[in-house]
Amino acid sequence: MNRFARFADSDIAWSFRHSPVAIVSATVALIIILSAVFAPLIAPHDPFNPATLNLMDGFTPPMEPNAISGNVYWLGTDNQGRDIFSAILYGARISLFVGFSAVLFAMVLGILLGLTAGWRGGMVDAVLMRIADIQLSFPSILIALLIFGIARGIIPPSMREDVAIWVLIISIGLSDWVQFARVVRGATLVEKNKEYVQAARIIGVHPVRVVLGHILPNVMGPVLVIATISLALAIIAEATLSFLGVGVPPTQPSLGTLIRIGQGFLFSGEWWILLFPSIALLALALSVNLLGDWLRDALNPKLR
Amino acid sequence: MSGDLLEVRNLWRRFDVSKPWLNRVIERDERQWLTAVSDVSFSIRRGETFALVGESGSGKSTIAKMIVGLIAPSDGHIVFDGADLATVPHAQMRKLRRRFQMIFQDPFASLNPRWRVADIIAEPIRTFGLASGAEVGNRVARLLDTVGLSASDSDKFPHEFSGGQRQRIAIARALSSNPDFIVCDEPTSALDVSVQAQILNLMRDLQDEFGLTYLFISHDLSVVRHMANRIGVLYLGGLVEVANGKELFRAPQHPYTHMLLDAVPDLALSGRRRTPVSGEIPNPIDPPPGCPFHPRCPKMRDICRQEKPALETRKSTGQVACYFPD
Amino acid sequence: MADPLLSVRDLVVEFPTRRGILKAIDQISFDIAPGEVLGVVGESGAGKSLTGAAIIGLLEPPGRIAGGEIWLRGQRIDNLPREAMRRMRGKRIGMVFQDPLTSLNPLYTVSRQLSETIVTHLDVSQAEARKRAIALLDRVGIPAAARRIDDYPHHFSGGMRQRVVIALALAAEPELVIADEPTTALDVSVQAQIIELIKEICAERGSSVMLITHDMGVIAETADRVAVLYAGRLAEIGPVREVITRAQHPYTKGLMGSIPTLAHDEDRLVQIPGSMPRLNAIPPGCAFNPRCPEVFDRCVRERPELLDTSPGRQVACWLYDEQGAGS
Repeated sequence: MNRFARFADSDIAWSFRHSPVAIVSATVALIIILSAVFAPLIAPHDPFNPATLNLMDGFTPPMEPNAISGNVYWLGTDNQGRDIFSAILYGARISLFVGFSAVLFAMVLGILLGLTAGWRGGMVDAVLMRIADIQLSFPSILIALLIFGIARGIIPPSMREDVAIWVLIISIGLSDWVQFARVVRGATLVEKNKEYVQAARIIGVHPVRVVLGHILPNVMGPVLVIATISLALAIIAEATLSFLGVGVPPTQPSLGTLIRIGQGFLFSGEWWILLFPSIALLALALSVNLLGDWLRDALNPKLR
Repeated sequence: MSGDLLEVRNLWRRFDVSKPWLNRVIERDERQWLTAVSDVSFSIRRGETFALVGESGSGKSTIAKMIVGLIAPSDGHIVFDGADLATVPHAQMRKLRRRFQMIFQDPFASLNPRWRVADIIAEPIRTFGLASGAEVGNRVARLLDTVGLSASDSDKFPHEFSGGQRQRIAIARALSSNPDFIVCDEPTSALDVSVQAQILNLMRDLQDEFGLTYLFISHDLSVVRHMANRIGVLYLGGLVEVANGKELFRAPQHPYTHMLLDAVPDLALSGRRRTPVSGEIPNPIDPPPGCPFHPRCPKMRDICRQEKPALETRKSTGQVACYFPD
Repeated sequence: MADPLLSVRDLVVEFPTRRGILKAIDQISFDIAPGEVLGVVGESGAGKSLTGAAIIGLLEPPGRIAGGEIWLRGQRIDNLPREAMRRMRGKRIGMVFQDPLTSLNPLYTVSRQLSETIVTHLDVSQAEARKRAIALLDRVGIPAAARRIDDYPHHFSGGMRQRVVIALALAAEPELVIADEPTTALDVSVQAQIIELIKEICAERGSSVMLITHDMGVIAETADRVAVLYAGRLAEIGPVREVITRAQHPYTKGLMGSIPTLAHDEDRLVQIPGSMPRLNAIPPGCAFNPRCPEVFDRCVRERPELLDTSPGRQVACWLYDEQGAGS
């Protein structure tokens, strides 16, 4: 059996095929992700380019021709004349980019700190875990806001817009590393005492190679589950921060920004500005979350 | 003696099993020490199989780990082929490491579940730079063949094999650096009896073929009798008797050895007379004063309670730590 | 056997998996007489623990009894509703598990666990239950039982804990005690003591024992009769002395030859080539045929029945079939 055939036959693949939830969420997530990635090719308009926006096209309801220009927008336009559909595609792009990057950052940081704490033990472990405990006692959004505020204080205004997205990624990532670190530390403590690690130490393999080559592959299982669920949370975190006005700059609206804009117009009748971005965010976060749930159950040997 | 491949002299190991610092301060407890190995000395000749026998708390696993360098001794010397492992310079240590290896008890935990068998076996080869490129694959294939598996197994993962097969893979890994000396820590205790027979036979064949020296650790006297040339009996961290294989079983000298032999179930149904076993192994944190075996010993006298007997040589190459040996 | 205490007839235990149904136990039959010790021996995967679990009704789902009958003194017990089975467990069948660490609840004192069992199954007061519990602890060899009864399990050493577990199994005075690897987790010197204890105490009370183990030595010391299991099937059953010294089934012969003993020196241990087949790869005919040194073609075609070779002895091997085409 070649490797692909073995994988297709594995317990995980079987579990996926037999779980309607997993299949549906994976499909939804994939559609959204692909649309976002190929946004420039799919979107009928470019919502980030102020030059192409026509204020007169603003507040057009979905699928109805605009009173003045006669243009039809699938999901309507917002107050500045941005096509909601295009804005959602581009916004999802930002949300996904920030989400993936933040999770990646948190994952790498958390794994490294977790491995170090677990392997070294003693003082190093105690200090790292106390830092983690302290951080956990604050809500993650507050931490992200804090870091954001600090960055704002440090970075000169001229650069703020360009680095806004990176600050966002770092702040979400820094608020999230703890759960990775904890899980990895626990798993490292377990694996550290197993005989295969001792076998490597006996032949004198360098500790870094032991940790990265032997222990790391064996602690990745729970990490992947946490990462998937973290992704959903990171996307929502970015939306929250943008909603609060401290996320991405308003000229490059993410889904959160769109929701904030839309919220202002909900009660004056332009419901579509709020509804469609919200549905998009919901669909994205939910499908990723459900995928994470399925993955956790599929990887749990006791539930099989 | 120049014929000795390994010499262990006055080996000690203490573990700090005190409660965490804060608890000790609050509860005003003292530090607690567990002496796992106390003043153990023995030597292993080239080409022989030396067995360390003992029950739980005897310190046999700790001694094994000190010899291969997983734990540092609290005191004492380990001399491998004339070189004291504690004082050997780093560069030379690497060369020495190539010459000893270890086989573990648990065939499920001794192989990395995420690595392919080929990589597992090749790790010593690569670490010591013994071969590169295609030659590594050739060596792995030859090793698999030597231990009774096939070259096509090299692409698989450990969970695809049974316990006995995994132990063969572990043996192949141990052989891959062409060692002289292999420490075997209960290598067959987790295996079924028929699989154990296969592995023990394999180990004997390999010893003959490659001129290996074994330190064989076990709690099973029947297995030890089959495999070992000389045997050391451990009780609560110290050697109580050392003797030639045949001698130990024919004429045991220490009361604990007697007790161990009596406790082995009588498979031949010979109806041999046995003294009933009494008591249990005491807590190693709080060992009995004097001879650690005295609470369970049928021959106990006052002196046994007061002073611990030293390991002394009696008849030819046998040693006993007892005031009233047979 | 006349009036057996336990009678197992054609027991089948299956595990439905996504790759099909695995037969972990494939038609096993044996009896246990009142007061006798039957050893059930086999290597890992042979199905011996499952047999014990099936009898006492503790099979873990999705495993289930898919065929056969289990009779306890004239009453059928394999198809009882859960509540009835629960009442019977402890009262009529007691169980001793391998790991004393996990078979005792670490949060309750020994006194509470013992008294609870006694009060549940026997109609006595709490005070009386406590008296009996102390007497029981004393009988199993716990020194200063009256004081130690209020200790928690972690205050006892491994061997002592196993004695407590035995006391617990016997507390409700069961007719049958199933002991699953009761000595495997213990030191050799303690093993001997525990084996002695099980033998004596069950003989005193007239309880039968089903002793499940992979250790032939323990069987030799303790059992009256022994059943040898292989790949979920019964290979051989008979009086202990005979099966051990004059094994008939080629698997048993190989097994006995592969055990190193203190008695004599062998240069090489007898080695049975290959290994026990996995449940999803059991060969047709006799399950042992690929490894058997005395195989002939009937073995590959037909699964051997349990044949009587002498009073009280049965072997599932075509070598002993006088009528059929033998070797």
